[in-house]
Amino acid sequence: MNAAPKISGVVSAIVLPLINLVVALLLSGFVVWLIGEDPVAALGFLIEGAFGYEEAIGYTFYYATNFIFTGLAVSVAFHAGHFNIGGEGQAMLGGLGLTLAVFWLGDVSPLLAIIGAIVGAALFGAGWAYIPAVLQAKRGSHIVITTIMFNFIASALLAYLLVGPLQRPGGQMPESSDYPDGIALTKADELLELVGISFEQSPLNVSFLIALFAAFAVWFLLRRTRFGYEMRVVGQNAEAAKYAGISVPKVTVIALMLSGALAGMMGLNELLGEQLRLIGNFTLGYGFVGIAVAFMGRNHPFGIVLAAILFGAIYQGGAELGFEMSKITRDMSVVIQGLVILFAGAMPHLFKRPIDALSARFKTRGNV
Amino acid sequence: MKPAIETREISKRFGAVQANDQISLVVDKGSVHGIVGENGAGKSTLLKMLFGFYTPNSGDILVDGEHCRFSNPTDAMSAGIAMVHQHFMLVEPFTVLENIILGAEGAGLLKRACAEASVKIKKLEEEFGFNLPLDTPVSHLSVGERQRVEILKALYRGAETLILDEPTAVLTPQECDQLFALINVLKSQGKTVLFVTHKLHEIIAVTDAVTVIRGGKVITRMATSETTPDQLAEAMVGAKITRAVEAEDRGGAAQARLRLTNVCALSDMGHAALDSISFELYDGEVLGVAGVAGNGQTELLEVLSGMRRVTDGEVTISGKVTNTSDHMYDPIMLRDMGLAHIAEDRLKTGVVSSMTGRENAVLGYQRTNDFSKGGLLKLNAIADAADTYYETQDVRPRDPDLPLEALSGGNQQKLVIAREIARDPEIMVIGQPTRGVDIGAVTKIHDQIIALRNQGKALLVVSADLDELMVVSDRIAVMCDGKLAGIVPVDQADERTLGLMMAGDASTAEQQTQASV
Amino acid sequence: MEFLTDLVLLSNSTLRVATPLLLAALAGLCSERAGIVDIGLEGKMLAAAFAAASAAAVTGSPWAGLLAGIMASVLLALIHGYVSINQRGNQIVSGMAINILVAGLAPTLANAWFSRGGQTPLLGNEARFTEITLPLADTLSSVPVIGDVYSNVLSGHSMLTYVAFASVPVVAWVLYKTRFGLRLRAVGENPEAVETAGISVVLLRYQAMIIAGILCGIAGSSLSTALGAGFIRDMSAGKGYLALAAMIFGRWKPVPTLLACLLFAFVDALQGRLQGVELPLIGEIPVQFTIMLPYILTVVILAGFAGKMDAPKASGIPYEKNR
Repeated sequence: MNAAPKISGVVSAIVLPLINLVVALLLSGFVVWLIGEDPVAALGFLIEGAFGYEEAIGYTFYYATNFIFTGLAVSVAFHAGHFNIGGEGQAMLGGLGLTLAVFWLGDVSPLLAIIGAIVGAALFGAGWAYIPAVLQAKRGSHIVITTIMFNFIASALLAYLLVGPLQRPGGQMPESSDYPDGIALTKADELLELVGISFEQSPLNVSFLIALFAAFAVWFLLRRTRFGYEMRVVGQNAEAAKYAGISVPKVTVIALMLSGALAGMMGLNELLGEQLRLIGNFTLGYGFVGIAVAFMGRNHPFGIVLAAILFGAIYQGGAELGFEMSKITRDMSVVIQGLVILFAGAMPHLFKRPIDALSARFKTRGNV
Repeated sequence: MKPAIETREISKRFGAVQANDQISLVVDKGSVHGIVGENGAGKSTLLKMLFGFYTPNSGDILVDGEHCRFSNPTDAMSAGIAMVHQHFMLVEPFTVLENIILGAEGAGLLKRACAEASVKIKKLEEEFGFNLPLDTPVSHLSVGERQRVEILKALYRGAETLILDEPTAVLTPQECDQLFALINVLKSQGKTVLFVTHKLHEIIAVTDAVTVIRGGKVITRMATSETTPDQLAEAMVGAKITRAVEAEDRGGAAQARLRLTNVCALSDMGHAALDSISFELYDGEVLGVAGVAGNGQTELLEVLSGMRRVTDGEVTISGKVTNTSDHMYDPIMLRDMGLAHIAEDRLKTGVVSSMTGRENAVLGYQRTNDFSKGGLLKLNAIADAADTYYETQDVRPRDPDLPLEALSGGNQQKLVIAREIARDPEIMVIGQPTRGVDIGAVTKIHDQIIALRNQGKALLVVSADLDELMVVSDRIAVMCDGKLAGIVPVDQADERTLGLMMAGDASTAEQQTQASV
Repeated sequence: MEFLTDLVLLSNSTLRVATPLLLAALAGLCSERAGIVDIGLEGKMLAAAFAAASAAAVTGSPWAGLLAGIMASVLLALIHGYVSINQRGNQIVSGMAINILVAGLAPTLANAWFSRGGQTPLLGNEARFTEITLPLADTLSSVPVIGDVYSNVLSGHSMLTYVAFASVPVVAWVLYKTRFGLRLRAVGENPEAVETAGISVVLLRYQAMIIAGILCGIAGSSLSTALGAGFIRDMSAGKGYLALAAMIFGRWKPVPTLLACLLFAFVDALQGRLQGVELPLIGEIPVQFTIMLPYILTVVILAGFAGKMDAPKASGIPYEKNR
């Protein structure tokens, strides 16, 4: 009896998110105006800061790499019907696993150390998701709350390790010793130089390619594999999954561990690509941004890559904005993220009706 | 006397669908008026306009000769029209009393509101012969009792006209009789009743006049005394439906395809749902399972299809023990053994309505070599299978890329049936084969069940619809309170006896069976 | 004797710490009983803490602060209501959006208005809800046990603490003894039944959101104007989530929720006391581990029990009329 969906796929996948984004930016502009700065100038600084010069672009894609990992993490869990808000904690533990692998294998061989780092990051991230996953699957414990609790616990655990056993000998800061020489992911400028392109130095590194590969792998998993199919059945209708002989607890746990592994791999970019040591709270809320990225990207891996680049730009541009405008701090980019989640994530259909009406009018005119 | 309700050419349109097309209806005051029509004929839309849930696009509604415009159920209520919904509008943890007063509490404090209400309710109970436990939570009541709460709720609000929407769908025949008795009391006290159903013998039993609706239009209005079920059926469906397949006599099969021995199982809530059930099902027969909803049929289907572990006893399928308290074949193993399962709640269990027809076409068979290899899906094979299913069962619209929610219930069910018979199963367990399916498709589904039986398959069919079971079954098993109340060959079964067994009155039922033999 | 003194001090700080937790948990309870999941308690609390601290700093009055805190929280509750009720959006996403938005907005505004690195100025006692000494507390303090408990545990809290504990019977009374409460509980169980009984589901749910907003606003204000003396970054520190867990543990009922909050608060108070203390056998526990205690407790409690059974049935499900 309900009216057939009038809206075309393109409109719903591209136009509506863009409108939501614009509204979120307008409201952010209002906040800028509220604290006494010029919103138009702010937008200028933001864009200039994100794309204005090669180093800025490098930074934008560097941040985007983090967001691809965390966005994919949220999305994989969501396809299985769950909210993994524990990206922060899983990324922290991923960073820990990565660091331990590097210190353990660093003397053996750099290549082995890097492979070990990737595996360590994924394993520790997955491991940190395991307990909330099992509690959700077997006990029905609210995974949103347990993963948030695990974020706090991870943060305290890392803080303990970085002022205790893992602290740089003689150091005062909550950070580990530097990774052994030569154990790092190749930077983009070095890589591009190999093919004869010169690019300014920036933290952008090979993990961006790893992230793109991860996005492809997630797409392949969801659309081409039996497990991906079963995962989506569980996410859409757990009763039907039982009917189809799919073990809902098993799929739930595996999906959430995959999600944790993806979040854990964020450390590749941040630690093995740039910092070259483990530092406390290096995740800086990137795990939460993953929620915004996943919803903005409509939980499709390709959309997530695009949304991650957008958020990378907001993040980098927002940082530059903080330098240019005295009253604005980095917190501004958190405001923008919150507004984007609110509009693109929680109210995806806010402007569906006006757009429907508009396109209907457009169509009738076309017919005449 | 002015009619209690009159509609003059009311119409309602949803997008491209004309749900009601110039419906004119006259319901006499103090009468019981029947409305019949098949699923999707527009009955629900009409009712929803009468009690203010929808507003008509055009036309007038008159109550006691006065023009009325209802913009919400409260408006209709204040005009004296109340609705008893098919799905009861009750708050389960609340007591009967709290449910009755909800929204019409009077006093702001519950203590006073309840005290005032009880006095009024007691009076109504005497007048109409109710006897409901006012302080018991509704969740503890039987379906029949809940329905009476709904009716009392309407009377409490001063309803003059009660609309009963498919009121017998969930009742045992005995509960139906009680309802009909209550309807007669209501009539004798001057109330008007609008009785909506698709069961024709009920129309004959209880109404004074009847209006038939088809395709959103009124086909005819007759005095009940001047019509017959056949006439009504023809008006309702349009053309006469012919049965294509007749059951053939196949003689007795030697070995039981399915055997249950003292099977016990718990419900989700941990209550005993199946209590020492034993029976056998042979190749080439249809065993119908009757019972009031919630008497263990759901759990029975789950136990057979590997979705629920038994707590005692065992299930044997094709000579293999498939379900005991310490091991259970999962649905995939059972499908490999040739068991097909059509789930009773299609939307909840049998399909994933947000996924495409193609994806639904392999649900449950995703691990077979036909559809996946080495963990990868065989997309071409899946697409081919979906195309074949859509073709053979005539699923419309014929676009397997559409999400299943874009299909009507009947077309969804066709896809499910195609999927389940595609691998030539030995045994099928079928829950509510025609629930939410339009009448044209019902006969076709019944024909398919009988055809499968004639091919020598063993079929177990659970249905809430006794008429359906009488049509397709060879034997009918009746469940009551988790126990098997008995199994009756269909040629010795009649609705009265089955009804008594469903209500747990086995001794009377036995006497009647003996008397009838 | 030292043990007794410890116990008294511990009980006293338990009540203090329980204040925001309890108010937030009751806010969550009102919201979920009406069928709306509120993961945004954290953000509402933080917003209220900031608004209250700012208003109190500017006006010098804690009451102006409280009012501002409540208004900020109610505003966010209405946004959440609009998303959940009118837009039928995902309630978890909406709540998280509010949490993240406030986590950025509060320090941004604090920085712009007060230029103190995302904090508000330290509040003097005149701009705070200071400790109240209950009548006769000084006189009775010498009476053993009872007097001790009265004057050292029950007395000496800010007004907002007493408001928090008084809210429990008030919420319970409204929920179980009034017409409004009956309707509120009904709308969380079966909104269709409420709609067909002629009551507006939308209106009821907005009313619930406003009540939740007010309670959460008091909770947040207590953080910055009673327990603390000004707003600092991330000062809600997960209390909104803990409150939600306490409410689940309390099975969506006021009195058990109170007990759950007291348990959480006790553990929190205990971890505060354990910092830097040498324990027999174990020695000193690193502060990072004591900090984890409430969070670990939450996980253990949620694991120990499947709360789904008692949850209001319609909770978290968008209500669509005319379906």
